[in-house]
Amino acid sequence: MTAESTALSRRLAELPPAPAVWCSNLRKRYGRRTAVDGVSLTVERGEVVGLLGPNGAGKTTVIKMMLGLVRPDAGEVLLLGRPGKDPRARARVGYLPELFRYQPWLTAAEVLDLHVRLAGVAVPDQERRDCLAVVGLADRAGDRVGGFSKGMQQRLGLAVALVGRPEFIVLDEPTSALDPLGRADVRDLVLSLKERQVAVLLNSHLIGEVERVCDRVVILDHGRVAASGTLAELLGRREVRLRLDDVSAEAQARLTAVGPLTRSGDAFTVTLPTDQDTDTVPDLVADLVALGVRIHAIEPGRISLEERLLDILRHETGGDQ
Amino acid sequence: MTTVRTVMTVAALTVQEASRRKVLRALAVLMLALLGLSAWGFSRLMDVEFDGSALTSGEARLVASQVLNLVMFGMSLIAALGTAFLAGPTMAGEIESGIALSILARPVRRSTVLAGKWLGLVIFGAGFVAVAGFAQFLVVWATTDYWPPQPVTGLALLAAQTMVLLTLGLLLATIISPMASGIVAVGLFGATWIAGVVGGVGQAFHNESVAQVGAVSRILLPTDGLWRGAMHSFQDPSALLLFGGELKGGFPFLSDAALSPAYLAWTVLWAALVLGLAAVTLQRRDL
Repeated sequence: MTAESTALSRRLAELPPAPAVWCSNLRKRYGRRTAVDGVSLTVERGEVVGLLGPNGAGKTTVIKMMLGLVRPDAGEVLLLGRPGKDPRARARVGYLPELFRYQPWLTAAEVLDLHVRLAGVAVPDQERRDCLAVVGLADRAGDRVGGFSKGMQQRLGLAVALVGRPEFIVLDEPTSALDPLGRADVRDLVLSLKERQVAVLLNSHLIGEVERVCDRVVILDHGRVAASGTLAELLGRREVRLRLDDVSAEAQARLTAVGPLTRSGDAFTVTLPTDQDTDTVPDLVADLVALGVRIHAIEPGRISLEERLLDILRHETGGDQ
Repeated sequence: MTTVRTVMTVAALTVQEASRRKVLRALAVLMLALLGLSAWGFSRLMDVEFDGSALTSGEARLVASQVLNLVMFGMSLIAALGTAFLAGPTMAGEIESGIALSILARPVRRSTVLAGKWLGLVIFGAGFVAVAGFAQFLVVWATTDYWPPQPVTGLALLAAQTMVLLTLGLLLATIISPMASGIVAVGLFGATWIAGVVGGVGQAFHNESVAQVGAVSRILLPTDGLWRGAMHSFQDPSALLLFGGELKGGFPFLSDAALSPAYLAWTVLWAALVLGLAAVTLQRRDL
């Protein structure tokens, strides 16, 4: 019996760890308004996923349903392999809420102590102080939170999210109150979490931020997943811009053979195929030169996440009408 | 084990909040004012002459009993107001401000956090009642040489009264806004007291239906019943006999009977039910 159970637990231990979060078909209505309508998403261990979408798309509601703060009308949540309804599922989860406020009558260090106790994790003093240092509050540890600016409270919120040795961190608008320097700090922080294999779900309006740190992006609109995928998948459309002279009909045909072509004067833009073939561009250049085309400039063009997001959202709105 | 730890952590936090948020200081100032005034009043009481003669020792005890009850009523009012207005903000205020979000996203049950808040408030309220009540007894003893017959029971009942009111405050705070919950709790407390007095008048005039008002209100919200039990522990038993039962129930600052065990059991059940209801409401609430 004992040998059997040992074998079983060994086999279980060999299984790949459950995703950081897995939600399926989450739904939530507030009165007559549907806030979330069948959202499914997964964040794998060590993965950084960005949650994007316009105001009122249901991003914060999805996050709150994951963390048991809002009761879903339907759907399931598994948090680090445990059902979302079980409070123990949140033992290794860090959370910075969009609405961040901490006990104004406590000092920054006391807020961290409180969260360590509630998380039930043994975290040595030095590690707690390091958490405050990471977010730039090392010299304010003994000050009451009531005297903190909004930006400092948000930094404290980041430290609170980090302090319980989390395996999964949810950051809901982590830079809304921060200056550009603070935003850069958050970006570095997320990258260091990624290095340490901590999964992160990042809800942010700052698309540049998401683009720089996220492995994958989920775009919500009207409570539904409008699009999701890796950045390469979402931004799959690459293009190359050329400035050319002496373009014969033959050369133009060669350009069109690569992909859809747009031309204004001597500026040509070719949309590249999604297969990411590394030979496409050098081959094209060699052929154009052979065809006697004079090449003045050639530069890669990339569709930004922002353009793609607007594209998706406008398309969605168009579809609704 | 983790549940106990969470309850104790939140209870300690709540006591810390009360002491750091200047509630304690405000209560201490109010209490000192009340103690000072009562010390002056009691010392004057002993010098007053009625119809040219000083009070007999029996009369003095009767008067001291009544005035002590009056002052203790003031004190219980301060304790009740203090904790009811603390219970609202500590729960509803934290939900409104967002403090609750980061706490409840930890591996804790909402009911456990609520139990911790409740325990912290009870410790704070009971501690205040014990310290302030004992100080009041000392003032009365020093000025009139009167010591209540059952001081510990009386203070325990006053602490229970505070507990009842803050439990109600917690339930209300899970439903309505923090400020409103404090006002409603204190309003109900006052209404029950008045209903108790009305019931007493009904009893004195042998009007059954008016007397029922007090009895029913004492069941619905046990604050007034506990208060009457506390009064009974503070007053001099021989003092009541002087009236020969004539004032039975008709005087708001004398009580004619000790509390029955059944009523105490009901109070415990009442608090458990209200706290349970608060836990269910909080559990169902979207944050």
